[in-house]
Amino acid sequence: MVNDPQGLVVEDALHSLGYPEVEEARVGKFIRLELAEADMESARGRVDEMCRRLLCNGVIEDYRFELRPVPAA
Amino acid sequence: MSVRFGIAVFPGTWSDRDCAHAVALTGAESVPLWHADRDLKGCEVVILPGGFAYGDYLRAGAIARFAPLMEAVREHALQGGLVLGICNGFQILCEAGMLPGALLRNSSLQFRCQPTWLRVESTSTPFLADCQRGQLLRVPVSHGEGRFFADPETVGRLNSEGRVALRYCDQAGEPSHLANPNGSLQNIAGILNQQGNVLGMMPHPERACEELLGSDDGLRLFNSAIQHLAALPG
Repeated sequence: MVNDPQGLVVEDALHSLGYPEVEEARVGKFIRLELAEADMESARGRVDEMCRRLLCNGVIEDYRFELRPVPAA
Repeated sequence: MSVRFGIAVFPGTWSDRDCAHAVALTGAESVPLWHADRDLKGCEVVILPGGFAYGDYLRAGAIARFAPLMEAVREHALQGGLVLGICNGFQILCEAGMLPGALLRNSSLQFRCQPTWLRVESTSTPFLADCQRGQLLRVPVSHGEGRFFADPETVGRLNSEGRVALRYCDQAGEPSHLANPNGSLQNIAGILNQQGNVLGMMPHPERACEELLGSDDGLRLFNSAIQHLAALPG
């Protein structure tokens, strides 16, 4: 697994704050996209492609995403 | 015939003029290559210099790899043209898939700007052909995200194919833990593509080109490439 020094620091900090039950912390990224796309399946395919091409570097990162409909403006 | 270096300029590149200065010290010519152009202006060597191309947003090099210029750089490399990626340039080459692996946040979580010793591990690239294996070079690093990482299989292949170009070491040439400024796997400071015409390295040879500034070892890489090109037929 890729060494995550930020995660280690967060883990140490949580331990010093009295949360010894924390066995591991890893720091990642959260990216929020809004799509003009009504079809969920099509959106899923496009977002997956975006993850592979740009948003995620497969050498060092994993990704997962969820889709949620947004209320019409 | 004078060798012509092209020096890529992305929004956020800052080491381009230092690179131009280093090239000028060798007597060769250099021209800037704008990121939005696809034209390499007849350059024989392309340098991707240090900096923070596109602000290093998302990941260092992640946006820059899609610049129009990078299509031409990729084509140049495929045809055997020389490409030197320094610091941010190394990160861009990895993101572009032109070199394997990735550069992660330093294990110290700190930006490190300091002189380092580098041990030459391979001379099978025009940039280091002028050196001896095991030779030490004094070249500074200056980065926050320089920890080389690749999966064990890839690292094994880099080693067995002689594609680890440079390792951080101490003054005695030992690639020790203490001499590793960023936590790179196996003290790896620079790697080659399969053909050896593409070199990516985190340390800055362009900042080690004058004795007065502590070292001129970095000039060797530029001179070595020039000698290689001069010796080519035609």
